[in-house]
Amino acid sequence: MQDNPTSPSTGSSAALPKLPKAPSGIDGLDEITEGGLPLGRPTLVCGSAGCGKTLMGIEFLVRGIQDYNEPGVLMTFEETAAELAANVTSLGFDLPGLQAEGKLRLDHVHVDRSEIEETGEYDLEGLFIRLGHAIDSIGAKRVVLDTIEALFSGFPNQGVLRSEIRRLFHWLKDKGVTTVITAERGEGTLTRQGLEEYVSDCVILLDNRVIDQITTRRLRIVKYRGSTHGTNEYPYLITEDGISVLPVTSLQLNHAVSNDIVSSGIPALDEMFGRRGFYQGSSVLITGTAGTAKTTLAATFAAEVCRTGRRCLFLAFEESPQQLVRNMHSVNIELASYVANGLLRIEAARPTLNGLERHLVTIHKIIGDYKPDAVIIDPISNLISVGNLSEVKSMLIRLIDFLKVNNITALFTSLVSGRNIQQEMTEEGVSSLVDTWISVRDLEGIGERNRGLSILKSRGMSHSNKVREFLVTDQGIQLLDVVIGPAGIVTGAGRLTQQLHEQAQTLAAQQEQERKDRELERRRRVLEATIGNLRTEFESVEEELRQINDEELARQKTLAHNKAQFAQPLPLQSEKPPRAL
Amino acid sequence: MADQQEPAGEEVEYVLHLFITGATPNSTRAVRNIKEICELYLKGRYELLIVDIYQQPELAQHEQLIGAPTLIKRRPGLVRRLVGDLSDRERVLKALGITPLMS
Repeated sequence: MQDNPTSPSTGSSAALPKLPKAPSGIDGLDEITEGGLPLGRPTLVCGSAGCGKTLMGIEFLVRGIQDYNEPGVLMTFEETAAELAANVTSLGFDLPGLQAEGKLRLDHVHVDRSEIEETGEYDLEGLFIRLGHAIDSIGAKRVVLDTIEALFSGFPNQGVLRSEIRRLFHWLKDKGVTTVITAERGEGTLTRQGLEEYVSDCVILLDNRVIDQITTRRLRIVKYRGSTHGTNEYPYLITEDGISVLPVTSLQLNHAVSNDIVSSGIPALDEMFGRRGFYQGSSVLITGTAGTAKTTLAATFAAEVCRTGRRCLFLAFEESPQQLVRNMHSVNIELASYVANGLLRIEAARPTLNGLERHLVTIHKIIGDYKPDAVIIDPISNLISVGNLSEVKSMLIRLIDFLKVNNITALFTSLVSGRNIQQEMTEEGVSSLVDTWISVRDLEGIGERNRGLSILKSRGMSHSNKVREFLVTDQGIQLLDVVIGPAGIVTGAGRLTQQLHEQAQTLAAQQEQERKDRELERRRRVLEATIGNLRTEFESVEEELRQINDEELARQKTLAHNKAQFAQPLPLQSEKPPRAL
Repeated sequence: MADQQEPAGEEVEYVLHLFITGATPNSTRAVRNIKEICELYLKGRYELLIVDIYQQPELAQHEQLIGAPTLIKRRPGLVRRLVGDLSDRERVLKALGITPLMS
């Protein structure tokens, strides 16, 4: 049965062959293109100046060589080989080294209008031969033509040029090399010279946009013949490691989950959760108005994570590490020692330092290097200053996804506006993304403010529905017991009043009880005395009766004796004469 | 396949290299045209090298060839590149710095 070759299941699983793809090796791009660029076909990468077109091409080649062992040819029409090599050295791409290994060939095509004289009919066979020779000499599988449009400046005969470029792309296709062609963005068209007419398999558009003085680079796949692909604009970054297209994490919600529990650091808070803490790898959101000890709660969690010997990354967007350590010291949360032994890493940065995408990549990088078990971001609401709501939300979605996939517990704090009566909504709208949501707020009563903490939701476990008052004391955060007054839960001074009242009541009740006890004792004693008297009386009566009884018995005995004596015949006298008296 | 034509002495005035792509019509025309021009205007004063880049593809990169056929004038004066089948004689002569009156 197990070696049935014509099993219907194997027959149906052999689906139609999919379009073969060449993985680009560029972070995130392969996820959007669902596997990479079309294998053996040309791909057009277009974009305006400074988008990183050349870099994308070079990275495609270098990753191909390093990760997939596919040699590549770079034909550049603008920069010389030496310039290119110098430019990408900072990204760790060693072009001369790869050239020496015979994995890469660089060819700078020098196009200078002043040197070229058209004297009749011609074609671009010279270029074909150069390229063909370069490809054949190293067995290249990948080719990058960096800004082939530069040819248009050198050769005035557009008709020849266009037909030759068309022929070139066909020729590259026939050779079966995966080609990336970069082109400058034109007015109203994707490329200045309309190259998109010739490259019809895959077109990637790079864009560089400045919104509110913050630059964001975006990538969009305009078309991809024969394949599905992500259609959105995806932000991407040029980092020290090359291009990173976001999302760098999985686009799907299918991460593994943990059943382990991590403590919040506050025993009383843990008790409010059915499983006594948060799930490892879940995301926790603490929202609250200003001054509701969100950071303190977060630091308590950080200290707890470190106390149990795990690593915690604290991303502070408001305070410097030193300030945070000092401030937490004042409430007996000692972070300095954990920082010293490397269990806690505090990264502080102003949100406005970078764009959102840069922040995200920085966070990814730190997490990749540091491999923490928990990440705290304090607060996420500050990020709004560098992006609009939807951008912040999408960034946080990606961040939360990333952390979940890596099974890292995430704790975010978020400031909610005090004016907003309905405090259930965070501005970033991330509340639906998080697993556990703790709300801290001011409970403003008569002339005082108190802090109240409640759990709005906790996925996967039961949780207390009570609003617990908590104090930030010299010994850290303390949750107070629930005090219920006539009109519900009371806090602060009301709590004290209620407690005093209850104490008085308790005292009164106790006194009453004692009084009753005394009364009982007294009565017991009275009764006992009475019982004693009665017993004495009873005993004397009993004695008397016994005496009478005895006397009666004695009397009857005597009587009987006498009677007997009386009834007895006289003793028989003997015949013997009495002795002489 | 290098085809050296009429090496006229040690120091010739004109050094011309023609790169062709096999026997394509453009290449054939270019060879015919340059030979004609040389014989007409530069007799005894030139050195012409005709290279088939199909045979020596590595030269294509070395010589920075794009179009084909290409005539490179190495001497005299500045290096000039003449792309095409050299049928536009006026332009060819101008680029080579030859005045037709000289004949």
